[in-house]
Amino acid sequence: MVKSTTKDARDLFHTLRSAYVATPTNLKIIDLYVCFAVFTALIQVAYMALVGSFPFNSFLSGVLSCIGTAVLAVCLRIQVNKENKEFKNLAPERAFADFVLCNLVLHLVIINFLG
Amino acid sequence: MGGKSEPAKSESMATTTTSPDLINSSFFSFKSLKLKTKQQELLLRIAILGLVYILAFIARLFSVLRYESMIHEFDPYFNYRTTLFLTEKGFYEFWNWFDSESWYPLGRIIGGTLYPGLMVTAALIYWALRFLRFFVHIREVCVLTAPFFASNTTLVAYFFGKEIWDTGAGLVAAVLIAICPGYISRSVAGSYDNEAVAIFALLLTFYLFVKAVNTGSLAWALGSAFGYFYMVSAWGGYVFIINLVPLYVLVLLITGRYSMRLYIAYNCMYILGMLLAMQIRFVGFQHVQSGEHMGAMGVFLLMQVFYFLDWVKYQLNDTKLFQTFLRITVTSAILVGGIALGVGTASGYISPWTGRFYSLLDPTYAKDHIPIIASVSEHQPTAWSSFMFDYHILLFLFPAGLYFCFKRLSDATIFIVMYGLTSLYFAGVMVRLILVATPAVCLISAIAVSATVKNLTSLLRTKQKVSQTGSTKGAGSSKASSKVTLDQSQPFQKNGAIALLVGVFYLLSRYAIHCTWVTSEAYSSPSIVLAARGAHGNRILFDDYREAYYWLRQNTPTDAKIMSWWDYGYQITAMGNRTVIVDNNTWNNTHIATVGRAMSSNEDEAYEIMRSLDVNYVLVVFGGVTGYSSDDINKFLWMVRIGGGVFPVIKEPDYLVNGEFRVDKGASPKMLNCLMYKLCYYRFGELTTEYGKPPGYDRARGGEIGNKDIKLEHLEEAYTTSNWIVRIYRVKPPTNRL
Repeated sequence: MVKSTTKDARDLFHTLRSAYVATPTNLKIIDLYVCFAVFTALIQVAYMALVGSFPFNSFLSGVLSCIGTAVLAVCLRIQVNKENKEFKNLAPERAFADFVLCNLVLHLVIINFLG
Repeated sequence: MGGKSEPAKSESMATTTTSPDLINSSFFSFKSLKLKTKQQELLLRIAILGLVYILAFIARLFSVLRYESMIHEFDPYFNYRTTLFLTEKGFYEFWNWFDSESWYPLGRIIGGTLYPGLMVTAALIYWALRFLRFFVHIREVCVLTAPFFASNTTLVAYFFGKEIWDTGAGLVAAVLIAICPGYISRSVAGSYDNEAVAIFALLLTFYLFVKAVNTGSLAWALGSAFGYFYMVSAWGGYVFIINLVPLYVLVLLITGRYSMRLYIAYNCMYILGMLLAMQIRFVGFQHVQSGEHMGAMGVFLLMQVFYFLDWVKYQLNDTKLFQTFLRITVTSAILVGGIALGVGTASGYISPWTGRFYSLLDPTYAKDHIPIIASVSEHQPTAWSSFMFDYHILLFLFPAGLYFCFKRLSDATIFIVMYGLTSLYFAGVMVRLILVATPAVCLISAIAVSATVKNLTSLLRTKQKVSQTGSTKGAGSSKASSKVTLDQSQPFQKNGAIALLVGVFYLLSRYAIHCTWVTSEAYSSPSIVLAARGAHGNRILFDDYREAYYWLRQNTPTDAKIMSWWDYGYQITAMGNRTVIVDNNTWNNTHIATVGRAMSSNEDEAYEIMRSLDVNYVLVVFGGVTGYSSDDINKFLWMVRIGGGVFPVIKEPDYLVNGEFRVDKGASPKMLNCLMYKLCYYRFGELTTEYGKPPGYDRARGGEIGNKDIKLEHLEEAYTTSNWIVRIYRVKPPTNRL
């Protein structure tokens, strides 16, 4: 039972890896950015667990800025990905401009909230 | 002379002969303009929208025309006072304002406990007008803010209807919402309350969100986040949005209508909206800590998991492996989510649903546990007559519209159906929430009306097309009527269609008449000025409230403290400019219970409580002379209940006789000696109020009062207004000890 699950897991891992290698470079860059943002958020949560959450607004603004920019990057990836039929007519420049605008608003609010 | 008239006559004759030519030529030039059908339609639409905009504004001006431009009710006076403060002292002072003039001796952190949207909006309009050199008084801006935003709501309703169905439905929706009594009731000129701006913000947020889901554009989602921010800054009812939108997303996920556009729209709106909402001090960290907001967070996390799984499935292209992956991920996600929720709720970090919103889910909760919430008349369950009164024909057009929505399901129609059903449920629980349901009911009814009229008129037009086969090139009719063919077995279809159209016209005209009548009779009273019909049918105005507040303003020392029931607190601080003990904010139940206890105790005990609170004046409202039924004696049992909720020494059965509330000779002795009774009926026993009735006949209760010979020991009468509606008493300092 354990052996079959480990074998399954290994198969899974290999299939995923081979499928992922085929994705275009620009999407891989966006994925890297998302992973970086989530990783930063996790570091902040770990720090909060150690030190306590006293200026709670600062903690929230830090974590939410990471999660927010990760989510926005995923939205950008969806809009730029050529395999998505729904966004065929959307120019990637427009998608990127929306992404930049939303990030701008996000970080302005974060700076106000940071305290 | 005669010669002069002759050429004048010939001249005029010449002009008369040439004027038809002129008209003809101008007519021909107009015809040569020949607007295309599309442009004609656009012109028609803009004209209709312009007229609807003006209609929505002027329908709400009844009270301004009848009385004067003043602020109505109780809560708007607080909003007016804060707006005045904002325009005088600036935003920084406003945001950090600590008010020591209310809730003496506690004070109130106004900057952190109000929703600033309305005040900031009015202040911005005021500053914009001043910039254009229109030097209006801030009160005029405050009075007219609500009608202005009602007009803007009709525009948003048009765009929303266009998004859900088509332009016809949008136009009908705009017209319906312009005069719907459910909305007018809280947005009449003078009703300067949060809902005036909040309904506009609500509809705007919903429209922008549906637009974002339809287009999948980040820009529209950002717009809906800003709309949500405006809503959060304007009204506590934003909780409805933050629960309806996740519910809608959940329904779409379950019915399999999920798409990438949904992901983009919801995530952007949730994260940015949540961050923006936390900038309002009153809301603070509730989005991550309060139970009412956890649904949104849950759906957010669910979406991440869902779409991640979807992406992995797409990458894998192999069902077996995907099943294992699915098993692992789903179990771990549910485990983690469940543990987090459990720990959060158990440790008290995630606060449970507050009483105000919990009583929506369990309507009996407030009556047993929180008497203050139960005592507000707006929080009572709605009667059928209220629904009919506020909606009229929309009540049966709503199911018809639901039918049409279900016939043509799309992401947008699912949203409006959900909005309509949830808001109608809540409207059934609390009268005040009819306001929130009104836009949904108007939109869905508009779909019914528009679809019906479209079908009927296309039936009419097909006959025309059949009779003029070759020559018609009308762009509009061919598209619509080409799909409709006359059924030969029903020869009277065209007549039936005409009859039905006349019927629809009749219904809509009755609706307009009803709405105007309702607005004029029921919803345009300022409630601070009372009106009655005199013996000859002339209108008599009772301006006692303002008379009393201005007496306070001009005849009491500036640091005087006024004790009254919490209903009048805002008005006393705004118009009387004096410190009050409790006001409409009702944030401190114990303080209100103390006042309730003072009103229910006999004079000596009450005097002790009043001395401990530094009270200088007591204000009561009494309707016995005029027959005004919203006075303090009718509210007295609520004072007893609220006071008794905190101080068990006050027991409600002591004031009742056989469970009945009486003020005449048979009343309970505790009732006859309590402070409220004495203050209301002091010297009333000598007054003859009605012809043929004994002196001391209370017209509001319909009986002769029991205790006519009232002597006050620790208070003395300071002022009674001309119709005895407001009575003010001075608290005497303690006598010198000898």
